[in-house]
Parts: sequence; C-alpha cells; structure tokens
Amino acid sequence: MATQTIEFKDSAARAVQAAQAGGASPGDDLLDLHGDKLVLNMGPSHPSTHGVLRIVIELDGETITKAVPDVGYLHRGDEKIAENMTYNQFVPYTDRLDYLAPLANNVAYALAVERLMGIDTQLPPRCQYLRVICCELARISAHLLGLGAFAMDIGALTVFLHTFTEREKIYNLCESLTGARLTTSYTRIGGMTRDCPPGWAAAVRRFLDEVVVNFDESETLLTRNRIFVDRTRDVGVISREMAIDYGLTGPNLRGSGVDYDVRKAHPYLVYKDLDFDIPVGSVGDSYDRYLVRMEEMRQSVRIIRQCLDRLPGGPENAGKEPVNVADGKVVLPPKNKVLTSMEELIHQFMIVTQGVNAPPGEVYFGAENPKGELGFYINSRGGGTPYRLKIRAPSFVNLGILPAVLPGHLMSDVVSILGSFDFVMGECDR
Amino acid sequence: MPTSLELAGQLREKFGDLISGPLEFRGEVTVTVADAERIAEVCAHAKAALGFDLLLDLSSIDNYGEDPRWTVVYELSGIGHGCHLRLKTHVSEERSQVPTVSGVWRTADWHEREAYDMMGIVFSGHPDLRRILMWEGYPYFPLRKDFPLAGKPTVLPDTAFTRPAPLEGGPFVTLPGGRDSAAREPRVRTPEE
Repeated sequence: MATQTIEFKDSAARAVQAAQAGGASPGDDLLDLHGDKLVLNMGPSHPSTHGVLRIVIELDGETITKAVPDVGYLHRGDEKIAENMTYNQFVPYTDRLDYLAPLANNVAYALAVERLMGIDTQLPPRCQYLRVICCELARISAHLLGLGAFAMDIGALTVFLHTFTEREKIYNLCESLTGARLTTSYTRIGGMTRDCPPGWAAAVRRFLDEVVVNFDESETLLTRNRIFVDRTRDVGVISREMAIDYGLTGPNLRGSGVDYDVRKAHPYLVYKDLDFDIPVGSVGDSYDRYLVRMEEMRQSVRIIRQCLDRLPGGPENAGKEPVNVADGKVVLPPKNKVLTSMEELIHQFMIVTQGVNAPPGEVYFGAENPKGELGFYINSRGGGTPYRLKIRAPSFVNLGILPAVLPGHLMSDVVSILGSFDFVMGECDR
Repeated sequence: MPTSLELAGQLREKFGDLISGPLEFRGEVTVTVADAERIAEVCAHAKAALGFDLLLDLSSIDNYGEDPRWTVVYELSGIGHGCHLRLKTHVSEERSQVPTVSGVWRTADWHEREAYDMMGIVFSGHPDLRRILMWEGYPYFPLRKDFPLAGKPTVLPDTAFTRPAPLEGGPFVTLPGGRDSAAREPRVRTPEE
C-alpha cells in the first residue's frame, strides 16, 4: 500500500513533520512559529450572548488578543419614542428594557418622573412598600435567570431547570398582581394601577419559603462544584479601580469589592428603614460575581419579608390605605367620580389627552436594578411629555468593559465571563 | 462629608467664571461650563481633586431652533463621598465638537460613541469614534429633533437588507426600501395593492 505524504500549510506542523522525518534540524522553520491570527465572529445569534450581542474576537491559537463588541441589534429608539408621548404612555416601554425584571423598570421610571414633579417623597407608605416588594421580586426573578443561564452556558443544565421552576412562581405572582406575566406596566406616575389583590401577600410569603430551599439546592449544585469553580475562579478578574473607571454598577461592581449600592448610597422608597446587607466580592472574578448574586437573592427575601410584616393597611388593606398620591391632577380619579363629577371628568380628560403636567427642569434618578444602576435623565420644558429622556442602561455600560477584560483569556472563558456579567440586550440597545 | 453644593463651590473656586451656577433643583446640583473646549480639564479636576470617580451617564440634548444647538450633560458621582453633580456644556451647531472625557473615565468611551451616533456631536480626541447602536454607514442622526419619528428611507438598502425575505410581498412582511417606513409597514398595506 502506497503511503501518501501530506503537506501541512502550518509552519509549526511542517517543522514537526520535518523533525519526525529525521531530516535536518528544523531551526529556521521553528523561528517562524507565529501563525496568522484568526478573527472569529461570535454572535449576534449565539446561545451565550443571551440575545443579540456580536463580538469580533481576534485569536492567537486559543488565546484572545482583541475583542470588539458590536451592540445595537435590538435598537428600537426608545428615547426618541419617549419624546413623542406622555409620561404615562412610556411605562409599557420600560417593561421592554430589562425584560427579566419589568417591575423594577416600572418603579425606576415612575420614581424618576415623580422626582421631576417633586412628589417622590409624598407617595403613600403602602405604595412605597409595595414598590419595594415589586423591585425585590424582580431582582430574585432576574438573578434566578441570570444564574441559571450562566450555569447552563458552562455546562450545568440542571440549575437552569431548578431556577426556572421558581421563576414560574414569580410570573404567577406578577400575573395576579398586575394582570400580565411579563409586560407588567404596573406603575403609573403618582402610584400604581391597582392595589395588590386579596391573598397576594400570603402567596408571596409561601413563595419566599419555597424559594429559599431552591437557593440552597442551586448552591449545592454550583458553589463547591469542581467544574463550575474551575471555569469561573480567576476568570474575568476586574480590579476595583477598573470597575469604577468603566462605570460598572450592580453585582458586577460589587463583585470587584466596591460596596456601592444605590439602595444604601442614595436610598429611595423605604429602603433606608429596611435592614439588609450588601454582599461584596474579594477578587472580582466570575465566581465572585456569582456569589454576590446568590447572596443578593437571600437579602431580597429578607427585604420582602420585612415589607410584608410592615405593609401599611395590612396584607388585605383592611385599613383602606391609599396606594396613589392624593393629587387629582396626577393620578386618574375613580371611574364613578369621573362619570358624576365635573372636576374629576376634567382631570381625567386632561391626564389622558395632555399627560401629567410636569414642571420645567431636569432630574437624574438612578435605581438599583438587578443588572445595575438603571438611570433616567429627564429634561423637561414643562407639559406632559419629556423634552429629552435618556436611559442609562446598566447592561450597556457593563458591556463597555469587555474589550478590556476578554484579551488574554481562552476562547472558552468568553462564555463564563459573559454569563457572569448577566446582561440583557433589550436594555443595552434600548 | 462634603455636600454636592460645597463641591460645586470648590469647582467654581478653581475655575472661576468658567463655571456658572450652581443651580439646585429637586436636591440635584447642576453647574454649567461656559467653554465646552475646557470640559475635559474640568472633568479631570473633578475626578482627581473632588473625588468624582464614577461617571454615571453622559447625555446629549438637541435644543433645536436655539443657539447653541447642543447641550452635553455629564452625571458625576463619587463612591467615596456619595455626592452627585451634573455638569453641562453648550456647543454651537457650526462647531458640533467637544473634547472627549474618555481619558478621564474609560466608561465615557461608549457613552460618547452613543452621543455621536444619535446626535452627531463629534468628540475630539476620542480613540474610536464609530457608530454604536446604528449600523456603520447609516446616514442620519436619529435623535435630532428634525429627524422624523417615523424614520427616513435609507439610501443604503444593501446595508439593512441583504436578500429577499421568504414571504416578501406578502401581506404581513415589511418591504425593503420603499418611500418611507409607512410604505414599508405591512399593517398599512392592503393585500390587493
């Protein structure tokens, strides 16, 4: 049988072949070991990009030498849209920013407009407590998905199934609270669409008792899992200074050891009355970011329990506490009044057609969302629509650090780093 | 712990008439930098001497029909002292250029790319000023007030649409090209057309 000689195009392989053949010393060829760099296009449709993120990666062998993220595939022009509608009409668009935590977006947006109008401190206590419960339920929901998807991306599929079971229960709670599972649109300027339904507070309590068991299960599967630890520890290390310089917020910043949380630094709603801890990492690697999220969920459970205990009016609102501000020019009046009273009819007409009248001025309000600080900068020239509304999307800012973090890592680490960043492209691209 | 007003006062002491304000509204302090060319210098001082180590946000405003047309807004925050300060600067339409602050805070890199992409304000000295949300080669700046909400037909259809969609021409499929986005939109088309 005749043997066939195969000519390798790669210079290194040629050198080895020459050495094996016992020929002359491969010297010259070995000096020329540096092959061409490979440019690899990852995304925009890739399972670990959780949406449509594209990264153009330059590889030397398996090592990344350069990474250029390309965002904008989900750009819908939310900021332009906001300039062309009234403040309340924009609430449904906030559902679609970080669509894993729509309740938290609703609350952040409503608070921004309310600060512009100067009524953010006049919200009834029941409204504030309910909003905190919403924010923290959203945080648990978003972190459960973030952790599940993170673990799944690096090979631990079971965790994903565990966390999704619990998310389903949160969706059910959202549905009974707002009427929608995903597109909640729960807040209105000056309050909410409705109070929580009978039995809802008790259902939340039952859910909390169940979800803490699930946290333990997920932790058992991951925290000391050799494969998981190997793939996350010392991967994607971000130093404290670098994290601040790149404007990271949320668990990604705290994973690097900075104890900055908007709920503590600039408390809004009733967070200053609540007792909770801010977990921080020590190394700033993917593993620390995972640990921070895990602990944040436990703290969220703690916060919700306190809120349920103190909920003004009691769980069924026997005290008939209001959930909206008393100003008839801000929130829609009750329907029976609209049909019988002239003043309420006019208010209803004005709010629906002209929007809530905001004074001229500008505010920036940042809220601690699951992904980081979601900020709304509103520039108003008076009237019912913003002149300019800028959304500071935490996912957008957090992704800006990728070109600095990815180089030097192996290709397989990209998945681990992206998973630990826990971003949502709907929010990044707006 | 200093307050935002005190820090704004310190900024004014250092730069004098360059800084106007501070204005306070809803507990937030805003100062205006008169000369946009010196914004990077002011920002560098705010970071180095006043402890504003976190640039939260950078936004741009189109004051259409007024002069100067552009306003660039910087939201500064300090992790150490927890104060918030807003810097604003105005740029005329003819100039449309502001020095970059990406050398002060690295996060400004993407923020400035977005402001350039949406408004067309050029950040001089920026290391990589490309479009970020719209695609490379897109001819307009969509967040300007004179850009219509419905969008404009692009002169580069090849960039946005590469090949015919499988059901192209059907009643539920957006048409590529077309006069404007209303003509592309399937909901306004009747199947008989």
